[in-house]
Amino acid sequence: MKFGQPSTLPRWAQLSVLPLLNLLAALAITGLVVWLIGEDPWECLKLLVGGAFGYGEGIGYTLFYTTGYIFTGLSVAAAFHAGLFNIGGEGQVYIAGLGVSLACYAFDSFMPAVFMVPLTIMASMLFGAAWAFMPGYLQAKRGSHIVVTTIMFNYIAAALMGYLFNRVLMEKGGTNTATRAFAEASWMPSMQQMGGWLGLTLPNTPLNASLFIALICCVLFWLVVWHSKWGFELRTVGTNEQAARFAGMNVSKVVIVAMCFAGALAGLAAVNEILGSTHRMNMTFTNGIGFVGIAVALMGRNHPVGIVLSALLFGALTQGGLDLSLDKPNITREMIIFIQGLIILFCGALENLFEPFIAPLFKRKP
Amino acid sequence: MAEIAIELTGIDKRFGDVHANRNVSLTIYQGSIHGIIGENGAGKSTLMSILYGYYQADSGHIQVRQQPVHIRNSHDAIRLGIGMVHQHFMLVDNFSVLENIVLGAEGGFTLKSGLDAARIHLKQLNQDYGLEVDPDAIVGQLGVGLQQRVEILKALYRGAEVLILDEPTAVLTPQEADHLFRILRALRDQGKTVVIITHKLREVIDVTDRVTVMRAGEVVGNVMTADVDKEDLADLMVGRKVNLQVEKSTRTPGEVLLDVRHVSLKDKRGVELLKDINLQVRAGEIVGIAGVSGNGQSELLEVLAGMLPASEGEMLFKGEDLFRLKGHRPKPSILREKGVAHIPEDRSREGLVKTFSVFENSILGYHHDRDIQKGWLYNRTALIEKAKRFIQQFDIRPTNPLLRAGQLSGGNQQKVVLAREIDSNPDVLLVGQPTRGVDIGAIELIHKQLVKLRDEGKAILLVSVELDEILALSDRILVMAGGRITGEVPAHEATATGLGCLMGGVQS
Amino acid sequence: MDLLFSILESTLRAATPLMLASLAGLFSERSGVVDISLEGKILAAAFASASVAYISHSPWMGMAAGMGVAVALAMVHAFVSVTYNGNQLISGMAINIIASGLTPVLGLAWFQQGGNSPQLESDMRFHEIAWPGVDAVRDIPFIGPFYSHLISGHSIIVYLTFIIIPVVTWFIYRSRFGLRVRAVGENPHAADTAGISVARIRYTALFWGGLLCGMAGTFLSVYQTGGFIREMSAGKGFLALAALIFGKWRPVPAVIGCLLFAFFDAIQIRLEGVSLPMVGEVPSQLIQVIPYVLTVLLMAGFVGRATAPKAIGVPFVKSR
Repeated sequence: MKFGQPSTLPRWAQLSVLPLLNLLAALAITGLVVWLIGEDPWECLKLLVGGAFGYGEGIGYTLFYTTGYIFTGLSVAAAFHAGLFNIGGEGQVYIAGLGVSLACYAFDSFMPAVFMVPLTIMASMLFGAAWAFMPGYLQAKRGSHIVVTTIMFNYIAAALMGYLFNRVLMEKGGTNTATRAFAEASWMPSMQQMGGWLGLTLPNTPLNASLFIALICCVLFWLVVWHSKWGFELRTVGTNEQAARFAGMNVSKVVIVAMCFAGALAGLAAVNEILGSTHRMNMTFTNGIGFVGIAVALMGRNHPVGIVLSALLFGALTQGGLDLSLDKPNITREMIIFIQGLIILFCGALENLFEPFIAPLFKRKP
Repeated sequence: MAEIAIELTGIDKRFGDVHANRNVSLTIYQGSIHGIIGENGAGKSTLMSILYGYYQADSGHIQVRQQPVHIRNSHDAIRLGIGMVHQHFMLVDNFSVLENIVLGAEGGFTLKSGLDAARIHLKQLNQDYGLEVDPDAIVGQLGVGLQQRVEILKALYRGAEVLILDEPTAVLTPQEADHLFRILRALRDQGKTVVIITHKLREVIDVTDRVTVMRAGEVVGNVMTADVDKEDLADLMVGRKVNLQVEKSTRTPGEVLLDVRHVSLKDKRGVELLKDINLQVRAGEIVGIAGVSGNGQSELLEVLAGMLPASEGEMLFKGEDLFRLKGHRPKPSILREKGVAHIPEDRSREGLVKTFSVFENSILGYHHDRDIQKGWLYNRTALIEKAKRFIQQFDIRPTNPLLRAGQLSGGNQQKVVLAREIDSNPDVLLVGQPTRGVDIGAIELIHKQLVKLRDEGKAILLVSVELDEILALSDRILVMAGGRITGEVPAHEATATGLGCLMGGVQS
Repeated sequence: MDLLFSILESTLRAATPLMLASLAGLFSERSGVVDISLEGKILAAAFASASVAYISHSPWMGMAAGMGVAVALAMVHAFVSVTYNGNQLISGMAINIIASGLTPVLGLAWFQQGGNSPQLESDMRFHEIAWPGVDAVRDIPFIGPFYSHLISGHSIIVYLTFIIIPVVTWFIYRSRFGLRVRAVGENPHAADTAGISVARIRYTALFWGGLLCGMAGTFLSVYQTGGFIREMSAGKGFLALAALIFGKWRPVPAVIGCLLFAFFDAIQIRLEGVSLPMVGEVPSQLIQVIPYVLTVLLMAGFVGRATAPKAIGVPFVKSR
């Protein structure tokens, strides 16, 4: 599986014009569907943008969703750079949630926040990486196809968690399938809280310090992938495995480590959800976040800057879409899933579809 | 005189800058075995591909049984009674012989009737030509010789009157080849026409009635086989080209740096790809390995570069057996550390990552080097400086180290690889096809660099299918054919004709 | 005894959509196109068939619509995979997500029932077909329950499926089309030099796959639940894919895989909360997970070796 067929367009156009056209195509089809179900697409767009960016709380929620999507987007991108298609983000986030919860169960009764927060972060990364390790290992050493294995691992994770919720994790006497609430020591500082430290009054939203972790991850991702020898090996294996072998790289090792890297990044999304927002683990907390990551990575062309932008797009779609659904009961959260699917189709499977149409525009100028 | 089966007139074909066929005219008589011989790149495969409809000639005419025809695709060719046996068999491995034969000519919606008819037909063909193929065998489990016969059957089943075989003996043992020749003679005797494309002189002499010799896209000879001998053909085939001139002083080579002893290689099925290879390369010496491609040179290079595990043998580098390091397969990274550098044969698949920038390609394989690291990150300035140094030393153009390697010409790509591999100051340099697809200017520069390295006391093992290159650069020439070394000639005694004989499998 | 037969009966019921989808995947994958979009096609077909059955009062119209929609999605996949030489995995994933997003959106807009379709009335659905003499033999030991649970009392789609299985098997192994499908999936270059259009074969294979997915979806909504429910495919497409791998891309073993997976499903429902002697209560999730674990082990070569068609997932580009 190799990505990025050579394109004749200038690089900046490949990175901006094509994704933009793909996005427009996806939005146009969505507009058509909106119109078909009897709503005004333009009005809906305005409501959606207003819901996502029009007021402080909306922005907070948008950025909260963006945070999670950055993590899963980076996760998918990390695997892509090694030539692997990681569909297992969903399961990796889920298992990472288990790691976070176990750490909280074990330590949150006595450990202070300064230790608790790093500990839970480590736990999430470790569990996410462990769940991604197995598909990576099976791909590298046994030749199992990573896509099929990660799909299976999503279901195995779901069954495992279902069992654990039933037997162990679910709070006694609780009404929801969720763990007990975790002690405050484990909470990620919320943006409102941190704003307070600086004397700012921010609205009460689930937006929390994970956003900063996400941005730091983006910078680290950029450094590791493009400026370290490990990233160099990762990209070489993903682009030309034969050349990687001739250069003396250990392809299996690179594949396995890449998957662990991807799993650890996905795992952090659990921190944002659980410790940043709900402060307990709900059974349905992942809610498709791993799949959004695929769209985010493809649209962001596997680059942190692109990923931040497309995560923001999806964050806005999620939050704006929720607001929109209050005004327009006909339009629900699923509309966003639909857009996500279209974006995967256009940005992923048909990424250069529009190239023949715009290539002449670039040919005339040198 | 027999009837004319196929007549090609004035066939001309270009691929970009490459003039593959120049005004080729050729007459093939019915009921004969016609050989087309020539070196790699002489244009013989292109010519036959035009006849079989893969390519359209830029100009020229084709006549089949004296009727002018247009062959637009393989379908047309099959309809005209032309069948082709490819060098790489076009068979479905997990199908039975019968299924492979009827594929595309099933003769109805259900398979049964087609298969039954084919079975009867096949029995007849088996009898007529002594093919001895079991119709129910699974193709993937058959040996190469039998698979080839399945290909022949496929063509015959489709009513081929003219059968083209592309390098049919390249993958066969001598016994299998003899069997094939018996089949071909039987085909001829039943009135079929056979065309074989080959570079092996022995089989041309043995089996053909007429020979067409091609060189550099042109027909240089059209003779009755009975009137010529091997030397004549070798002469025609290799020709008296203006040899590449490389200024080279005579030098007395120093100590033995690379000593390869009894190296053998077997593939998964147990076929011997390398048989008991022994060779030595001394400091200050270029040892050239000549041979037609596919005779084991690539495998030898890959074994020595740590890409394939040798089945047997030793590889002594300054007296130390590198194969012992790890199960007959030294890691490429360790080889580089020790001082054995490798310029792979296929630069775009093995030597470079085309979507990476020039400066990134400048460290491929040496990406652990300390001098380009700063902490856990790369020192980007040092990386770019390094690439700039390469660009200057080797006159790589364009001079921008940030360009992607794919944007460079073949010659400049090769310079990047060469610069990278010799920058670590290795003692032994394994070089594969250094000037394949490279323009004249770059060839000159690369050759000069290789001679300079030799003069500096490096030991260089050069594998090339370009005889001129071998002759121009080598101090000693080894010839490989069929996975073994068939001869050794000191450079000053070597002639193209003599080497041509050795390459054609004629022992000296 | 009765319990066993009723488990087998639920096995048959659960296996039907799996078998149809698995055979759909067989067409596509044997022709060399990876199809992880079975799930999406089933879901979209389930929605389309329920909607049209509801409007037209005809389950057959519903089935036609379900097939039409699944074929349309299959053609999108074919366009990406065959014409555009795009990434087949990403395309499949996109189709799954599109189906999972679009069906509730349209469902809500059309029926205002939270994304589900209205419950189908009797004349809009497929029904169990009682075979003659069921009541008469019901009490005969063994034969009675066998006849009433396994032979009689299923939907027409179940019977169709059991006709389709041998037909597809015959098609794949004994027809010209099947030979070409297998050739194209194994060595498209060989097929191409034999004068076969690789693209046409792959499009056709995906078309048939679409039809079968359409039936699978129809079975779920127009028969089993009597209406469309959001996400009602619930991983059946992936389970069918797992069964296909489990069956090493051969029709009969794949069908057996489906029956096996469906059997686990049937047991799991029966065992919920039941304490077994010796082992105690078996967690239902443990049984649920068996098909997935088996597939993983099989893929990794720990339990036999599943060799995929050689050219699978590789876009065909004419060489020479």
